[in-house]
Amino acid sequence: MTSFYLNGKSVTVDDDPSTPLLWVIRDTLGLTGTKFGCGMALCGACTVHLDGNAIRSCVAPLSRVAGKYVTTIEGLSNDLTHPLQRAWIEVDVPQCGYCQSGQIMSAAVLLEQNAKPTDKDIDEAMSGNICRCGTYSRIRRAIHRAAELSAEKRSS
Amino acid sequence: MSRADNLSELKHLPPAASTNKIARREFLKTTATIGSGLCIAAYVPELAARSVSNAPAGATVFAPNAFIRIAADESVTVIANHSEMGQGVYTSLPMLLNEELEADWSKIKVEAAPVDPAYNHTVYGIQMTGGSTTTPSEWERFRKMGAMGRLMLIEAAAQKWGVPATECRVEKGVVIHTATGKKATYGSLVAATSQLTPPANIPLKDPKQFTLIGKSVRRLDTPSKTNGTAQFGLDVRIPGMLFALVARPPVFGGKVVSFDAAETLRIKGVRAVEQIPSGVAVIATAFWPAKLGREKLKITWDDGANANLSTTQMLADFSKQSASPGTIAKKTGDPASALAGAAKTITAEYDVPYLAHCMMEPLNCVVDLRADSCELWTGTQFETGDRASAARVAGLPPEKVKINTTLLGGGFGRRANVASDFVVEAVHVAKVAKVPVKVIWTREDDLTGGWYRPMWHDRFAAGLDASGNPIAWTHTIVGQSILTGTPFEPYGVKDGIDSASVEGAADLLYGIPNLQVDLHSPKIGVPVQWWRSVGHSHTGFSVEGFFDEVAHAGGKDPYELRRTLLASQLRMLAVLNLVAEKAGWGKPLAPGRGRGIATHFSFDTYVAQVIEASVEQDGTVRVHRVVCAVDCGRTINPDIVKAQMEGGIIFGLTAALKTEITLENGRVQQHNFYDYPMLRMFESPVIEVYIVPSEQNPTGVGEPSVPPVAPALANAIFAATGKRIRRLPIRTADLATASEAKT
Repeated sequence: MTSFYLNGKSVTVDDDPSTPLLWVIRDTLGLTGTKFGCGMALCGACTVHLDGNAIRSCVAPLSRVAGKYVTTIEGLSNDLTHPLQRAWIEVDVPQCGYCQSGQIMSAAVLLEQNAKPTDKDIDEAMSGNICRCGTYSRIRRAIHRAAELSAEKRSS
Repeated sequence: MSRADNLSELKHLPPAASTNKIARREFLKTTATIGSGLCIAAYVPELAARSVSNAPAGATVFAPNAFIRIAADESVTVIANHSEMGQGVYTSLPMLLNEELEADWSKIKVEAAPVDPAYNHTVYGIQMTGGSTTTPSEWERFRKMGAMGRLMLIEAAAQKWGVPATECRVEKGVVIHTATGKKATYGSLVAATSQLTPPANIPLKDPKQFTLIGKSVRRLDTPSKTNGTAQFGLDVRIPGMLFALVARPPVFGGKVVSFDAAETLRIKGVRAVEQIPSGVAVIATAFWPAKLGREKLKITWDDGANANLSTTQMLADFSKQSASPGTIAKKTGDPASALAGAAKTITAEYDVPYLAHCMMEPLNCVVDLRADSCELWTGTQFETGDRASAARVAGLPPEKVKINTTLLGGGFGRRANVASDFVVEAVHVAKVAKVPVKVIWTREDDLTGGWYRPMWHDRFAAGLDASGNPIAWTHTIVGQSILTGTPFEPYGVKDGIDSASVEGAADLLYGIPNLQVDLHSPKIGVPVQWWRSVGHSHTGFSVEGFFDEVAHAGGKDPYELRRTLLASQLRMLAVLNLVAEKAGWGKPLAPGRGRGIATHFSFDTYVAQVIEASVEQDGTVRVHRVVCAVDCGRTINPDIVKAQMEGGIIFGLTAALKTEITLENGRVQQHNFYDYPMLRMFESPVIEVYIVPSEQNPTGVGEPSVPPVAPALANAIFAATGKRIRRLPIRTADLATASEAKT
């Protein structure tokens, strides 16, 4: 049995501790917002937060998260009010949308650590996330916009 | 999985693909060409659409036709018969419909259509999504379906109030009697409409009255794609469902000789290991044990006839074959004499590799197979074919097969498979699993699984007159036929010419008086299919690259020569001039940068692009700016058009710079993103899109921005370095010396 916190709630699973967190989240716990894209930490579709850091859940064994806090796209906000979600909707970023959970989770950590990222900061933080539909220019715009929305929120 | 095996499935498609044979022949008399040159019946199955009820049994709803359902709670559901794979049709189709229905846009919901002839493509005659045709093919029908609903709701209100319908109008889902100010919401009229028959005459608005069409309305699917609730095929879970992975042969057409599953069956969670026609299925309680179990399988394969396939050998064979002309696809004037008499001639050979679609969501399919029914959940572009194929494998009539089309995590053509390969296999797995099952492909399965964009070789010769203008152009194409052997063959293959092989070449827009385009279609055991922009994905590169060579050989500016030879192509000329103006063609550039220009007409849409690029000393290509102009007729949603142009440009850059599928000893050499890399954020250029205003009927936007990307980039690299790119993907090693020599 392994216990950890998923989106703030304690969960316990009896998967083999070597099972990648991605499949524990998707198959055992039934949260499917986190996506499978490559299984080798190459595409970022499976990005979640582990104690506030972005990790690729497809290569993170369950044992690594024991007792720790995991946040998935479902835990980002419960009402689409996270600045990134607002910006994503305003800019209409997604096309097929499959990679966007991972994109948003990577961007969320970037904004946590850097309130006003430059294009270069965005390149560095986001280049582990592939978008086959090619929404990169809109992701960039939306991250800048989310930074503005966050600043407005802080100053209000 | 062999090509022959797959083709054996195809004979089951035509019955479902047609209403009846005689009617179909009649339709063919008025064939329409849409998209990738497919010529299929043009008809509007409006009567069928009226006869189908989409209303749940017992519910009080207004469902005047197959595409609308209005409930007493004011919700308006648009039934979408085209799949949402990112191209925005779950927003643009409701826009078309609601332009006429005039419901409250905030009340609109979208639901995927079931499989039914009422939902057949108005041109292709089967239910499918592809060929950049959703908007053009539904432009009229969806507006008519909406108008039918509005007219009936007005009639219901007018009868209720005892006033003439002509005295009533509609505002945001409310019928208003103008004189008295009486109001009735659509939801309140649902019961009253049940007594009405649909009107015979359904007039449509004058486009000048449009209030929704032409606006950049936000996509309806974006919220669900930012909080994890959007449901793709891979996310479907049904009670009692198990998970399966399939071990497939390492060579196309290979077969299982024997297998040993002892170690696999020892893994906790593995429930069964069963042989199926396409390989060996490992069935487990979750993905992970199925994957671990598959790794432990010991399978002896018979590689079959394709064990020696080599793309290196094919490259040489194709080049050799192109030295002699193939079957003539297009001939005007006397190219041979014109070449012989030309003041200057140039020749060149171009190559592009096999490419995988590589959607972010790997293929998958959920099957619930019962004794007398079969229900599927999958992201598909090909419902009619998939249903027919699933029915055959299940041993059921097609009506007993239900398909739930989910959102697609990318399609790019792969999910419109003529053999329904991923659906057929999943039904086979369900048969042996004897419980509901979800078959999942890994990234490796996807990349090695075939159904690629074909490898192509293009050989050109051009003759120039004394003033440098091209007077002769010959183009020999070598590559596998996509349509031969499929249900589309009767429409897309004529006199030995697959229209998908020569599109973008045989229909060259440039005014060159002596022209020949011919084709060799070698038969090779690699399964091939349409890939975003189909044949245009190679002709765009080769034709526009060679045209640049012709311009330079004649001492002409590549933009000016295009202008000259497009003088009678007014729409393309306008697009070309717009892109040149916006890109600042001819103006000074930062040191080391070059500008390249390309145009391409595909899917009835005109696109021109200018790319600014530079090459670093180690040969790394930097793409700085892409300017794109497009004429796609009337735009339904300009922001979605822009998004499609942006996305197609990134897709085209990945093909130009990154990817190739190669085979050695019959084995695909690429496996995951480490050897089949995608363009990433740090390589993503500034993209500017300009739309030419138009009142012409809308044309395709999903694919037409892909073809000009590679040639515009290759031409920019030539401008920057003097090095001509004739083979994709662009190789850093080829450019390293050129760049260093220049610096």
